[in-house]
Amino acid sequence: MTMKQTNPMEYSEGMEIIDSDMMEKILKLLGNYDYKKYSDEDVKQTLIKENLSLEDFGAILSPAAMPYLENMAKKAVSETRNHFGNAVCLFTPLYISNYCENHCIYCGFNCKNKIRRGKLSFEEMDGELKAIAKTGLKEILILTGESRHQSGVPYIGEAVKLAANYFSTIGIEIYPLNSDEYAYLHECGADFVSVYQETYNINKYEQVHLSGSKRVFPYRFYSQERALLGGMRGVSFGSLLGLDDFRKDAFATGLHAFFIQQKYPHAEIGFSTPRLRPFINNADNNPNDVHEKQLLQVMLAYRLFMPYAGITISTRERAGFRDNVIGMVATKISGGSIVGIGGHNLEEKGDEQFEISDPRSVSEVHEMIITKGLQPVYSDYIRV
Amino acid sequence: MNDQLVIGEHSFKSRFILGSGKFSLEIMKAVVENGGAEIITLALRRANLGGEENILDHIPKNVTLLPNTSGARTAEEAVRIARLGREIHCGDFVKVEVIRDSKYLMPDNYETIKATEILAKEGFIVLPYMYPDLNVARSLVDAGAAAVMPLASPIGSNRGLSTKDFIQILVDEIDLPIIVDAGIGRPSQACEAMEMGVDAVMCNTAVATAKNIPLMAKAFGQAIEAGRNAYLAGLGRILNDAAEASSPLTGFLED
Repeated sequence: MTMKQTNPMEYSEGMEIIDSDMMEKILKLLGNYDYKKYSDEDVKQTLIKENLSLEDFGAILSPAAMPYLENMAKKAVSETRNHFGNAVCLFTPLYISNYCENHCIYCGFNCKNKIRRGKLSFEEMDGELKAIAKTGLKEILILTGESRHQSGVPYIGEAVKLAANYFSTIGIEIYPLNSDEYAYLHECGADFVSVYQETYNINKYEQVHLSGSKRVFPYRFYSQERALLGGMRGVSFGSLLGLDDFRKDAFATGLHAFFIQQKYPHAEIGFSTPRLRPFINNADNNPNDVHEKQLLQVMLAYRLFMPYAGITISTRERAGFRDNVIGMVATKISGGSIVGIGGHNLEEKGDEQFEISDPRSVSEVHEMIITKGLQPVYSDYIRV
Repeated sequence: MNDQLVIGEHSFKSRFILGSGKFSLEIMKAVVENGGAEIITLALRRANLGGEENILDHIPKNVTLLPNTSGARTAEEAVRIARLGREIHCGDFVKVEVIRDSKYLMPDNYETIKATEILAKEGFIVLPYMYPDLNVARSLVDAGAAAVMPLASPIGSNRGLSTKDFIQILVDEIDLPIIVDAGIGRPSQACEAMEMGVDAVMCNTAVATAKNIPLMAKAFGQAIEAGRNAYLAGLGRILNDAAEASSPLTGFLED
């Protein structure tokens, strides 16, 4: 039986449509972005500028900038120091459910992948939260797969409320919601929202999101705006590097964050730079042409373009890479990461989303930060 | 010479206020001692009572805490953060910071005035961080501020006294201590601010991003003291007046 393929640009029933032309604006700029046109000279000119334009951002993301990574890194260190000092924030993710109704071909949680599914009961959740809190962490990121049946908004709301008993900073990385639902989770205690567009190339987006709500491109695109309209304090952006043309996706991600900050100047802006990783039943999944050099180029470009934005370094990367990008570009790092369901206190009851590359505990990451001459920061936010 | 900085009913010998959010906590003591700072600011959002790397555990006890309300976007939030600071025994001083712009971190003067008024009524010694505007400074005086903290240039920019002329107006017109905050990049700029008659200088990034942080703290301490002495001594006339005319301009007067 073949399922009828829906149009990825059409909203499904119940999805809130907000009045914004940001998507058209960004897709147009993205369409005109030709990274092959930049020369060595364009990159050199950009690197002596204090404030980078959209065009400059395009230049440092281009192949012409590859020989200048060292220069970009030096500039990035100084920008990061000026804006964040030597502070590096620590957090950990908590996956509360891995049920998913989407068929995204690059993701271990996709509904067609035969993995062990599970979700935490509130009692189990409390145990996990308590175990994480014992490591000293004050910031937590709550994640779910995309299943409104198995992990609905009320379920996530309860999780956030429980987390608020132990943590001062709560972020959510869940499926896109309507603004009133974001407002509800904000009321429960969540202040930061991460939604990654994965790719801004609509054709590719359609090819890799075969079914499920995630297939609706514009609804996902406007998640950050709806989150801010719902009262959230900060939003994060990212594309899944290696899925499509990473330079174009990184360019669009930067523009997305830039225009959101311009429209909502109070919003705290963050970036993540996940690369494709192997997952259960797909050991060959890999980031294609996004090697560490290219990954660093993307991170450096974000830092130089938006020096005030937070950048999180994923546990998908190896320890040696993570240790060297904190202080240079990254301002936030996870420790004690588990990307399955459970595993902090109770035995793991659901499989992982992807293979992690850095299994170090919070205290090990803490020690590493100190060794680098940087300051581990556990608390950087007051909820009032 | 008994030249003291007086804020509210408190007197300080040092006119160097140190920011604390951008360097490692383990060198805090050395930085404070080298700079001779008697007041240190701290972001209340960084206080992690009873937890890991709590900034409050690292600040020497003989130093006056100036907790700030960073993270607040409205007067109401600033007020609530300030009250939390009092609850955790950070004292009655508070630096009001209300910022609704994540890019430039420019203070919102309007909300700052509102927060100052509420907190001053509650007995706080309020030092509002503001964009240097004479009308706003006057409103802050009326609202009960204990000092006014105009920015020299955008926070963390190390650009120095971009707002020099406007700060001079505040120095000339406002009776409260004027404390220059944000944007000072070099000891020479701190010295220049003090020569203008500013009462104290606060800095953070310039010290925290130096190669030798304690030594830079010392350099700032010395520059601020030198600038203060220059101000008290009165700058040489050559800087203030045009060169003297060869014949007197008023020689035509008969009686």
